[in-house]
Amino acid sequence: MPEPLTQETISREIAELHELAAKAGGGDHPSRDYPPYRSSGLRHPHRPLVAPPEAYTELRGPVFGVADVTPLDADLTRQHAGEPLGERITVTGRVVDRDGRPVRGQLVEVWQANASGRYPHQRDQHPAPLDPNFTGTGRCLTDADGRYAFTTIKPGAYPWKNHVNAWRPAHIHFSVFGTAFAQRLVTQMYFPGDPLFPYDPILQSVTDDKARERLVAAYDHESSRPEWSLGYRWDIVLDGPSATWMEEGR
Amino acid sequence: MRPTPSQTVGPFYGYALPFRGGGDLVPPGHPGAISVHGYVYDGAGAPIPDALLEFWQADESGNLDGRPGSMRRDEVDGSFAGRDGVTFTGFGRVATDLDGHWALRTVRPGGAPYIAVCVFARGLLHHLYTRVYLEDAGDALLASLPGDRRATLVAAPERDGVYRFDIRLQGEGETVFLDLG
Repeated sequence: MPEPLTQETISREIAELHELAAKAGGGDHPSRDYPPYRSSGLRHPHRPLVAPPEAYTELRGPVFGVADVTPLDADLTRQHAGEPLGERITVTGRVVDRDGRPVRGQLVEVWQANASGRYPHQRDQHPAPLDPNFTGTGRCLTDADGRYAFTTIKPGAYPWKNHVNAWRPAHIHFSVFGTAFAQRLVTQMYFPGDPLFPYDPILQSVTDDKARERLVAAYDHESSRPEWSLGYRWDIVLDGPSATWMEEGR
Repeated sequence: MRPTPSQTVGPFYGYALPFRGGGDLVPPGHPGAISVHGYVYDGAGAPIPDALLEFWQADESGNLDGRPGSMRRDEVDGSFAGRDGVTFTGFGRVATDLDGHWALRTVRPGGAPYIAVCVFARGLLHHLYTRVYLEDAGDALLASLPGDRRATLVAAPERDGVYRFDIRLQGEGETVFLDLG
């Protein structure tokens, strides 16, 4: 029988890869080949990516409109007859491109576990209660300034089977569209000060310290609403084709 | 500004991202409709049941402006209402089945002769881009690739209007994935 995979082993691998990144310069994004996240092993290409001579199609992208989103979609606490359990929060921020220009009228989708750390998904068998008043999905369009806003509850941490005693820090999944298909982003937002950060190979797959910090929202007292909700703020910068590529219309 | 890093889509997007008719860019029986379908495989050759594919393409006349309405919402009950059956939005989203299979019904793109694909999966920390070409001809990217690599981007005609396109994330026959800068 193989030895159980311990946190100690995973943490050692994480530390080694951080050390390598500190010397070589970690990228903004995770390497797709990141052994501490065991599922990445058979799911990353071995061959280098190929830069195409043109990308007419990928420099444009899908558009979404008012029919694709209802106003209620941005409030995850009002999708059922009753109130969900948990700490009510708002998450707001701006979506901008690498030049800081607002990404306007584009789709932002979110999904998350409930306050107990459970997803309403049959494959999630974590023995924590489902909440009949919480599904945990939302969407909205960014406004003219690139702003998005969601009302939800703070998700719980939950165990997973990457290794023995593996726990995901609380997070909200985000899916974001830019004006170009090449700017597509799916990522996860974390909550400040979570003690689980150093143990989590998914967050630590971003080996550059500064880049990793960009995945953590800030508590924002200004956006906390009296007698109602705590505010978090998280801005999103979409990667994508360099300015030259865009301008030259390659 | 430095970009926000990517993170994996994880295993539990299934109740959030897929939507009704996500792979049906045109209704059944639409003149000129084609079906493109295939499997997504991992490095051991096993089908991937928790991958999510997105497709983006020009309409038949080569227009890349796109149209809203891919995921129209029903305000009565908050469900997905489906597309309106008339508007070509250019966007599709399909989760693989339990056997790793996906299918798309669309039209041939005009202009640039390919359908752009974005691949997400549990275990994949940063999405991958590739392209579906319906013919191995007249394209600068295809021309720049050696034959065996080129073949991974060209859908195989199976029968009239039906094309097969498998995606292999790793190893033998690995699909060409793109660096879009």
